[in-house]
Amino acid sequence: MSEPHQLAVGDRVVHKSFPPISRHKLALYCGASGDHNPIHVDLDFAKAAGYPDVFAHGMLVMACLGQALTDAIPPPRLRTFATRFVSITQLGARLTCEGHVAEFVEHEGERCARLALTTKDENGDVKLAGEAVIAI
Amino acid sequence: MVDHSVIGRRLAPLTAHVEPGRLRFFRETLGESNPLYNDAAAAKAAGYAATPVPPTYLFCLEMMDAEQAFEFLTVLGADLAQVLHGEQRFAYRAPVMVGDTLLFEPRIAGITDKKGGAMTLAFVETRVTNQHGVHVADCSRTVVVLNKVAA
Repeated sequence: MSEPHQLAVGDRVVHKSFPPISRHKLALYCGASGDHNPIHVDLDFAKAAGYPDVFAHGMLVMACLGQALTDAIPPPRLRTFATRFVSITQLGARLTCEGHVAEFVEHEGERCARLALTTKDENGDVKLAGEAVIAI
Repeated sequence: MVDHSVIGRRLAPLTAHVEPGRLRFFRETLGESNPLYNDAAAAKAAGYAATPVPPTYLFCLEMMDAEQAFEFLTVLGADLAQVLHGEQRFAYRAPVMVGDTLLFEPRIAGITDKKGGAMTLAFVETRVTNQHGVHVADCSRTVVVLNKVAA
């Protein structure tokens, strides 16, 4: 972990890979998250909605990105964490989460760094494009 | 199409409890191994009064303890099969920890039609306060509604 006060623009501070997303993982996340939308666990429902298969909850993918972030940055320094869900994350996806220092900013009167964050699958397709503001 | 008159509408407030067993289920599902989230002593050493929650768990608490987790769909006149999660943002103002009781107060902050009405973006903003009345976080989500366009 980098000491936040030693950060420089361009530093890659977040990097973590995750095992393939299984149906079992989606079922567990359905229960663990309280998000019971059947589109993520019920193949019949997903097909009726026009999808070829079930797919990952966006918030499961964001939870992975959050974990990669707090592995690298002490959670008490986290001020904001945001992401855009760029594309659907398919079953079997092997996610890699990365983040680098984009700029230094003042956030509500506090000196902070803005991290640019991405989550990509094994093909390099972007799933999440996000950012976090951390106190330094 | 989504009725724009729902802008500003408050959804039902809800109270959520940060329960250790449910939180452990979430950590295990995600393979969360950070000592700060798993070991109360490590959390205390880092300055927390109790074990804190991972950064996206607020979203889960809001869904788990809502009597109607998909109330926003009723308000938007959409069903589960036609919506996607477009964006999510959290602003953290104070720690959220095991044992906390949180009040979530969501409202429809905005509605924007896109692509000639083929899709609508709905912005839901939720203020979160704890049992001491401390404003601990704000959560913002963008819901994408894929409108049923007449052929």
